[in-house]
This record gives sequence, structure tokens and C-alpha cells, in this order.
Amino acid sequence: MIKQAFAICKKDFSSEIRTRYAINALLMFIIVVISIIKFSLGEEKLSSEMNAGILWIIIFFAASNGLSRVFVSEEERGTSLAIKLSAEAKSVLLGKLIFNTSLTFIINFFIIFLYIIITDLKISSIGLFLITIILGNFGLSSVMTIIAALISKASSKGTLYPVLSFPLLLPLLLASISATWLSIEGTAFSGISGELQIMVSYTIVVITASFLLFDLIWND
Amino acid sequence: MEGGEPKIRLTAVNLTKKFDRKIIFENISFELSAGSSLAITGKNGSGKSTLIKTLANVIEKSSGEINFYSDGSEVKKEHYYKHIGFVSPYLNLYDEFTGYENLKIISNIRGINGDNINNVLKKVGLYDRRGDLLKIYSSGMKQRLKIAFSILHNPLILLLDEPTSNLDSEGVRIVDEIANDYKKDRILIIATNDENEKSLCESEVNLDRGD
Repeated sequence: MIKQAFAICKKDFSSEIRTRYAINALLMFIIVVISIIKFSLGEEKLSSEMNAGILWIIIFFAASNGLSRVFVSEEERGTSLAIKLSAEAKSVLLGKLIFNTSLTFIINFFIIFLYIIITDLKISSIGLFLITIILGNFGLSSVMTIIAALISKASSKGTLYPVLSFPLLLPLLLASISATWLSIEGTAFSGISGELQIMVSYTIVVITASFLLFDLIWND
Repeated sequence: MEGGEPKIRLTAVNLTKKFDRKIIFENISFELSAGSSLAITGKNGSGKSTLIKTLANVIEKSSGEINFYSDGSEVKKEHYYKHIGFVSPYLNLYDEFTGYENLKIISNIRGINGDNINNVLKKVGLYDRRGDLLKIYSSGMKQRLKIAFSILHNPLILLLDEPTSNLDSEGVRIVDEIANDYKKDRILIIATNDENEKSLCESEVNLDRGD
């Protein structure tokens, strides 16, 4: 299963390098959003709470733009049948999850890097900030991957993706925003341990439910 | 077969498929063992492709049973893909990769080594064009690659849905050769209305008659 999953993930990376189906759209989105924020803020400084909120809004919409491709492009191009005939459903989910998680890490670190530069954001507790982003990324990619599988067979995929994923992501987003804000302020680990526990448990529950439900979604 | 037990056996019992309340096919039963072949026939919309996809376990049946035995033991549904080769008009491979790369990717996903790729490409007459991207392949060449995809892992059951569509006479001869080779010691099922494809099979299920 693991070997099959990595082969599927490798195929997706090679396909992305050749087609740039997601990366180009994501880069354009990130650059446009960050530029709009820069122009609207001018020299004004935002509070830590506002910074954390805006950062996760950008991360959520960037993920909404790019992470659905893993399943949507297979359905649109009619290649999902080739994958169904070559691998177990669970390996497909794991492969797509690994790809989406890697893509989320790449785009989110790019977003954070640009955001820190344009807003001159000072993070007091860098270690806790990184832990929050890493856990948030895992949670985000796990939800976005199973929702991508779900919407790939629907007709209005573009609209459904953020609409379906937002309510599911709300607990994770609230915990991530709170933990990000507190880490920017420089709180101690004990101050955000509750949020981190929510993020870890949330991700475990979502991944477990995804593996239990994926067979039903994948086979028509 | 050794000990009277066929090495490969595929049975369908009262197989029914409905989409919502619309019945696509109903109570289809047959039994096939190694060395047998079956043509699934019927007019357009009779459910030939749906039946062959149900047998390949890519869509769920509504009721009935499919049992697949290999070496006397039942194959789990989730492992059917290891033993089934499938060609269909709905099957597409990756346009952004070459013919060779497509088969290499599929071999990697299946966890088999790629030693067979060049042989299979030679068999379907695509060896000289193996380095071309799929997006510049003609429809006939794509069909040949689908056939290569279906036999790459040496499956026990070969399911062909209109296998000679878009093929030239040389392509049709290649399909005939592969089909004849498979029906010697494995199971061959073809969904078709083409007389030549039908003639490759020894038995027939006609979905119009419901037999």
C-alpha cells in the first residue's frame, strides 16, 4: 500500500511539473492577494490577532484553489479509471494525501515568507509558530483531500469546494488562528497547548474517517 | 485442469445494476473458467459497458454476486485489479507523458517491474513511437496503448469493451492475436456488437434477450 501510494504521489508530482495545472494558478493567486494586502495596508501596522486571521484566510483560499486538482483533474481527463484499475482505493487516497500535504507545505511556506516580508511581521515565538503552521497544514490538507474526492464527480466543482470544506475546517481554522496569534505574541507552550491538541486530534479524526469512507466515494 | 478444479473461475449470479430506479441489466448469470470466452452483446444502451465495468469492480453492482477464484481460493474484491486487464472507450491515459512513461507509471503503481514494457509495446506496434507524448498520438495509437495497458501485468481475466474501435486492420489483427492467446488458458470477455469481435468468443450473453 505504501509503495503504491508513493508511486501515485510521484506520478502526480511528475504530472504537475509537466502541466503546471495547480502551481501556476496558486502562485498567481498568492501574488495577487499579497499585493492587494500590501496596497490596502500602506504603512499601517496590524495587530497580531488581525495578522493571524488574514494569514489563515489567504492559506484557506489558496488551498481551495489548488488542492482539488488531485482528484478533479483525474475525473476531468478520464484518467481515474486507469488508477482504479491499477491500485487499491486506500493506496490512491494515501498517495493523493501525501501529494496534497507536500503541496500545502510548499505553498504555505511561500505565503508566510511573502506575508512576513510585506507586513514586516515580528514573530516572538518562532518555534511555536512553526509547530502551529505544520499542524494546521496537516489538518488542512487532510480535509481538502477527502473533499476533493467528494466533489470531483459533481458538476459545479469550483463553487462546491470552498463551500463544503469551510464548515468542516472551521474548528481547525479557529484553533490555528488562535495558536498563530498567541505564538506571534510570544506566549509559552502551555498557553497554546489546548489549540495544538485540538489540531492534532482533528487531523487524526479526519484522516481515520477519510480512510473509512473513501471506498464509497471512489467506487461509483 | 489439475484435480478437476479450474485454476481460474469467474461466476456471476443474478447480477443486477440500477441507476436510481432505472434498471440497466437484470439477473445476469454465467460461469467462466480458464480457457473460456464470453461475448456480451446488445443494442446501444443495453448496459454492455456497465456490465463489464461491474465485472472489473470499478462500479458497484446493485444486487447479485460476482465470485472470482484463482488457484482454488477466492480473490478479494479489492484485489481484482491485480488480475484483471481492461480496455474501454472511457479509459484514458496521461497526455503529458510518453507512451513508455505511461506504462512505466502504471507498472510502478502496480508494484511490478517494468521489464515487460518494451515487449508489450512491440506487441501492439508502438515500440518505435514509445518516446512520443500521448497528446500527439492518434486515436488508433491511443487505443493500442490502452491494449498495452491492459496486458502489461499479464492478467488472468481480460475484459475488452469495443477493443477494435479506431483501429486499422493491423490493429484489429493485433487484438485478434491477443484475444486468441488469452482464451487458450485464461478468461476473455468482450463487450461488442462487432461480428469479428463476437466471433472471437465461444459463448454469448445478449442483454437485449436478458440471457
